[in-house]
Amino acid sequence: MNIPVNLAIGSLTERAGRVAAIARAYADQVDQKSRFPVEAVDAMKAERLLSIQIPTELGGEGARTGEIAEMCSIIAQACASSAMIFAMHHIKLSSLVEHGIHSEWHRGFMRRVVSEQLLIASATTEGGIGGNLRNSICAIEVEDGICRLTKDATVISYGQHADTILITSRAHKDAVSTDQVMTVFTKDQYRLVKTQDWDTLGMRGTCSEGFLFTGEAPAEQIFSKPFAEIAAQSMLANSHILWSGVWYGIAVDAVGRAQSFVRGAAKKSPGVVPPGALRLAEVSNLLQMMKSNVVAAIKSYEIAREDEEKLSSVAFAVAMNNVKIASSETILVIINHAMLICGIMGYKNGTPFSLGRHLRDAHSAQLMISNDRILGNTSTMLLIHKQDTSLLG
Amino acid sequence: MNTTIRELLKKHAGLPVDVADLADGADLYAAGLSSFASVQLMLALEENFDIEFPDSLLNRKSFQSIEAIARTVASIVDDRKVA
Repeated sequence: MNIPVNLAIGSLTERAGRVAAIARAYADQVDQKSRFPVEAVDAMKAERLLSIQIPTELGGEGARTGEIAEMCSIIAQACASSAMIFAMHHIKLSSLVEHGIHSEWHRGFMRRVVSEQLLIASATTEGGIGGNLRNSICAIEVEDGICRLTKDATVISYGQHADTILITSRAHKDAVSTDQVMTVFTKDQYRLVKTQDWDTLGMRGTCSEGFLFTGEAPAEQIFSKPFAEIAAQSMLANSHILWSGVWYGIAVDAVGRAQSFVRGAAKKSPGVVPPGALRLAEVSNLLQMMKSNVVAAIKSYEIAREDEEKLSSVAFAVAMNNVKIASSETILVIINHAMLICGIMGYKNGTPFSLGRHLRDAHSAQLMISNDRILGNTSTMLLIHKQDTSLLG
Repeated sequence: MNTTIRELLKKHAGLPVDVADLADGADLYAAGLSSFASVQLMLALEENFDIEFPDSLLNRKSFQSIEAIARTVASIVDDRKVA
């Protein structure tokens, strides 16, 4: 690959584009072998994309959530696993940027992310609590300024390849299951023993294996803000927006393939509208709806993040949940449409119109935080939330 | 008002601890108040005090402690008097 890998030149989208070119070259192999997309992640590091969100005062570039979502989409058009890793890293980083900015240790750590381009993983899932990340069984123990934690983490995406893990637990050994904290552990401070494999339908390159985590670190690495607030104020919006960015990228690439298929057919039979053309018009409509939905979410997050009250409000949580539900459901309809258009050429692997990987990757969307759980959560909030009847507000 | 709030907490919040053991300023989330229970509690408060929570007060802070709930309810009642 004749791409300069030691310089971060150009706009954020240009840099993401260069990562995407590398990710594209290995996407099928990453998928077939269910292996970590090391080339794409190395490219992200070379382009210094792992620290763009960090404020400029700490050496980063102060990139906004919308800009990062755009980059997720660009990379996802080439390799959804690489893009999802990029998204998950930045979701964790958003917690550091939003809630670690007043802590000397966390500020120093962010400087390290800049200089060393550290890849950050997340360990919220735990054996025995299912997917409800707002509950923990394990508890962190603090003694003489040192914190210790053991967690049966049934999923840590790219755990083996990460340089740091942000992990949740109960705040102390007597805390109730919802009284949680999040702690930063760097690679030299923890040990992982693999407990579960990752052989899945899609998103195979995320290598989201299960591990028994044991860690020991200075207690100042625990976030002082309760995890409940971190989850509500930075994780919720960033997860749903950045994931949606990834899913939009998968959808855009599927529609692009369908469009070139229809165009090819039109060129072969001049004067005749190809049979897939009508479906293409339909799917372009769906894609636009999905895009508008994600863009609206980015805009409302940009407004809400200036105001902690708004960020913690029911109205905002309902809106963010709705974005996740809508984009994770629509992506499947879109890819199915693209498949109908491309026919057997979309169904087969190894053609310019193949959609198998898109479809398999996209099926993860409604499961990563189960849509049923999110709908349940929204339905509770709707018991008290008053509907906003304005169009623009 | 705090007595009524305590009764409603006991009935609707499903806390793993005895409400009588909680101080007025104690953190209810640390005591195990879940988001689902806080919604149930809010509906009970609306019913009991014949009020309606505006969206601006539907946040964690409003339900942080018995004191905070009393403050929130009082502010809604006061607003109504003005109106």
